[in-house]
Amino acid sequence: MGQMLTIGKALNLGLRKAMEDDAKVVLMGEDIGKLGGVFRITDGLQKDFGEARVVDTPLAEAGILGTAVGLAMRGYRPVCEIQFDGFVFPAYNQIVTQVAKIHARSKGKLPMPIVIRIPFGGGIGAVEHHSESPEAYFAHTAGLKVVAVSNPVDAYWGIQQAIAHPDPIVFLEPKRRYWEKAEVDVDATPDPLFASRVVHGGDDVTVLAYGPMVKTALQAAEAAAEEGRSLEVVDLRTVSPLDLEPVFESVRRTGRCIVVHEAPVTLGLGAEIAARVTETCFHSLEAPVLRVGGYDTPYPPSKLEEEYLPDLDRVLDAVDRAMGF
Amino acid sequence: MTALPETTEMVDPVPGAAAPHLPQRAELVQLLTPEGDRVEHPDYSLDIGEQELRELYRDLVLVRRWDVEATALQRQGQLGIWASLLGQEAAQIGAGRAMAESDMAFPTYREHGVAWTRGVDPLHVISLFRGVDNGGWDPVATGFNLYTVVIGAQTLHATGYAMGLQRDGAESAALAFLGDGATSQGEVNEAMIWAASFSAPVVFFCQNNQYAISVPLERQSRVPLYQRAAGFGFPGVRVDGNDVLAVLAVTRSALAAAREGQGPTFIEAFTYRMGAHTTSDDPTRYRLASELEEWKLRDPIARLKAHLSRSSIADAAFFQGVEAEADELADRIRSGTVDMPAPAPTEMFDHVYAEQTPQLAQQRADFVAYQASFEGGEH
Ligand SMILES: Cc1ncc(C[n+]2csc(CCOP(=O)(O)OP(=O)(O)O)c2C)c(N)n1
Repeated sequence: MGQMLTIGKALNLGLRKAMEDDAKVVLMGEDIGKLGGVFRITDGLQKDFGEARVVDTPLAEAGILGTAVGLAMRGYRPVCEIQFDGFVFPAYNQIVTQVAKIHARSKGKLPMPIVIRIPFGGGIGAVEHHSESPEAYFAHTAGLKVVAVSNPVDAYWGIQQAIAHPDPIVFLEPKRRYWEKAEVDVDATPDPLFASRVVHGGDDVTVLAYGPMVKTALQAAEAAAEEGRSLEVVDLRTVSPLDLEPVFESVRRTGRCIVVHEAPVTLGLGAEIAARVTETCFHSLEAPVLRVGGYDTPYPPSKLEEEYLPDLDRVLDAVDRAMGF
Repeated sequence: MTALPETTEMVDPVPGAAAPHLPQRAELVQLLTPEGDRVEHPDYSLDIGEQELRELYRDLVLVRRWDVEATALQRQGQLGIWASLLGQEAAQIGAGRAMAESDMAFPTYREHGVAWTRGVDPLHVISLFRGVDNGGWDPVATGFNLYTVVIGAQTLHATGYAMGLQRDGAESAALAFLGDGATSQGEVNEAMIWAASFSAPVVFFCQNNQYAISVPLERQSRVPLYQRAAGFGFPGVRVDGNDVLAVLAVTRSALAAAREGQGPTFIEAFTYRMGAHTTSDDPTRYRLASELEEWKLRDPIARLKAHLSRSSIADAAFFQGVEAEADELADRIRSGTVDMPAPAPTEMFDHVYAEQTPQLAQQRADFVAYQASFEGGEH
């Protein structure tokens, strides 16, 4: 039934399906046509859907997002590809001052069904501005929704759900996991887009992650099991809105919670989650909610990224600390 | 300065699109033909001695060798990525050698030839692509700013720097490098507006290598790029970017005008990227081999070599000497790259602020303690 797909290929097939299902879907981005995008996510789509639906844009991110606003006003569903995380900032003004606010400002008269696809995070040995985790900037902006997929199944369904959704969505793709495979059943009923999911059951500590860090958390769970510790891993899947009910449930059972992300810890998503878990599960907690993340430094040159990025040792170290309280 | 070219000829800027209202006369300043013959141009003369000509040749050969070596090092896994300048040597050497010592260059990520002319050690440039640091050279001492990866951002910096020069009464100029793709960025257009409005001593040096990764020039502009300048209110010139002499002459003249208070110039160096965009790119997906072959005939090094030999400015011994020097440089680059030490991990904390914050100092201490906990362990 299912096919073995990489995250990259799953996104490609998901985009293809969305374009077949809705003639108003238009892909826009730099090098997404003939080249198929620098990660080849849009490979072959221009050939099959034409240059009007898969648009190689000028080299201008503000232009990509700004024109997407106008196209959305005409009933189109623009799917904008930002080539790398660090290059979303020229479009930042359009995203936070326009895309995010137009629905509210127009009292719902102007929906903005725009998807902003961003390959995010590090671990691929790139030069600066190619490895960033900008999710907090977007999650902090009311009017935007932020999703981060971690596996081919969610990539395939998530991109279609995001495109069909009426609100603007920043869709984060874990670039260093693009080549990882899993079986995708294209006839299955997908999980809803804005829902977190327990991906590994356990009793001692609840570990939360999203995007590229889900795999790291799962590796930590396996390593911990060898030492007789049982980690429950939750793939958040959605960064904004946050789906924390399953997390609260888990934490009430385990009494311990660790949030893992690549972005710098200060004012990162972990801070928000720690506050909410503390507010809601205060009486169940055996230890403070701990955060494992990037340091509060610019993303370092690639020779240091292994030191910068949370790995399973850093997660296990946090598990030790949580258990030690 | 030259006057803006007259808009006499009207041609279709985009195949299939009739737009007779768009001016299209693409005049190309050239001082050395692709065959290596010296020609004159009414507006740009170049008074240049034999020694200087030989030095330009040496520059071209050495930066090409550096580039070829770096591409090979990337293939062997020694560099994460490399942005090749192959084919653009003349544009970069010509522009770099036109600069005075007190001028300041604002490069993108491909200006290795300009770096060379500013005395930046090739290994410093390589360290960035190796992932050791974000550019190890001193921008102040070299007059060569750090590389800029975010497209177009440096054009505003160059303009602001030029405004600073202007305020200080310094007789110097800023030279901003950008690509053809970069001209689409809002920030680049803002830079040109500021430069014009304040008559800033800045020269925009655009290497039109015909592509922004895979996207051809037609997707960025329907008029020749140099004609854009007119809309901002300053002169634009198109120069043969594979002709080091013409680039030198045009850039010298534009920099001199800027230093004399005549404001900005936009130079479009018409050239071609012979290699891939970077070592991660596959140009066979978007361009034809025939196009590449055509441009090979305009090779910037071959044409100067032809001129030097034909005019007896250089002999076989000279060319052999330059080759030998290139071999030495390649050796130095190879061993220097392979031996380049990884940075100390704590370095990532050390220059974030001029004044370290207590939080970051704490994070650094925690990091050191955490690393130490693995000492002797399996980590
Ligand atoms: C703001 C921004 N968007 C996208 C990129 C990714 N990118 C790197 S180089 C490049 C093409 C640049 O083309 P051009 O300006 O013509 O310069 P060239 O590389 O051809 O010298 C792109 C799209 C980037 N670095 N910065």
